[in-house]
Amino acid sequence: MTSTTSVPAGFDESALVTQAKAGDQNAFAELVNRYERKIYRLAKNITRNDEDAEDVLQDAFLKAYTHLDNFKGDSKFYTWLVRIAVNEALMRLRKRKTDRSVPLDEPVELGEETVQREIAVWEDNPEQQYSQEEWRRILDEAVDSLKPDFRTVFVLRDIEELSTEETAETLGISVPAVKSRLLRARLALRETLTRQFKRKGENLLGYL
Amino acid sequence: MVTCKQFLQELNAYLEDTVDPETKKHWQEHVDACPNCFVIVDTTKKTLQVYKGVEPQTLPEDVRSRLWQALEKKMAAKKQPQA
Repeated sequence: MTSTTSVPAGFDESALVTQAKAGDQNAFAELVNRYERKIYRLAKNITRNDEDAEDVLQDAFLKAYTHLDNFKGDSKFYTWLVRIAVNEALMRLRKRKTDRSVPLDEPVELGEETVQREIAVWEDNPEQQYSQEEWRRILDEAVDSLKPDFRTVFVLRDIEELSTEETAETLGISVPAVKSRLLRARLALRETLTRQFKRKGENLLGYL
Repeated sequence: MVTCKQFLQELNAYLEDTVDPETKKHWQEHVDACPNCFVIVDTTKKTLQVYKGVEPQTLPEDVRSRLWQALEKKMAAKKQPQA
């Protein structure tokens, strides 16, 4: 089977979903083909664990298959699938961190010192300085270093491109909580990547 | 006067352009006048760009084949309801 990450969003999709709901297994298989890589990435990004990511991948598609009748078509199929996968991933994440629990709606203080630590312009085209694997590892490790609550919001909003409302609904948290966590996540990543990519040498601000 | 702290708290709204023109104007004045916030805006935009450009990793072949085994088993079970 060829992988189909570059399929235009929405292309043919409602027809496929309708066929799958009517019991056409090939249609469902095509949907799996289309999204298996993205769901695996999502699972890995949230759980940060190979074994959990594989379980999430399987359970998400098995549940989607079993509960396809519950999909009413009021969101994109992918968004529905993401919700299932996120719930599976969060369940496993919670199981793993039995040692501590963070209240879901904990307010986030934006301390000034946390955002002003590393202010420098980046090298031009930093991706050209690294091999593809190295580049991916740097980006992955930066995401890894986020606290799970921030990481999950960042993954849904900025990687999976869910809306603020969809993210809030998927995670069962408020819209303001999504917003403040996203801000924290973005600023923390910016800082981590700036340490890696900042322009070396004189003229650090670059605009002077 | 917008302070750095006030501006950074609204950074996402600024980046996503979800504010009224009047507010946006005040923020823009701050960014234009404040080198630190200018750099933060620039590098935050770049941070988002680098993540947007990342393709999903290849699904490891063994993981993929176990997924399809599980699916096929499930589908086969559905094909033969109450024997």
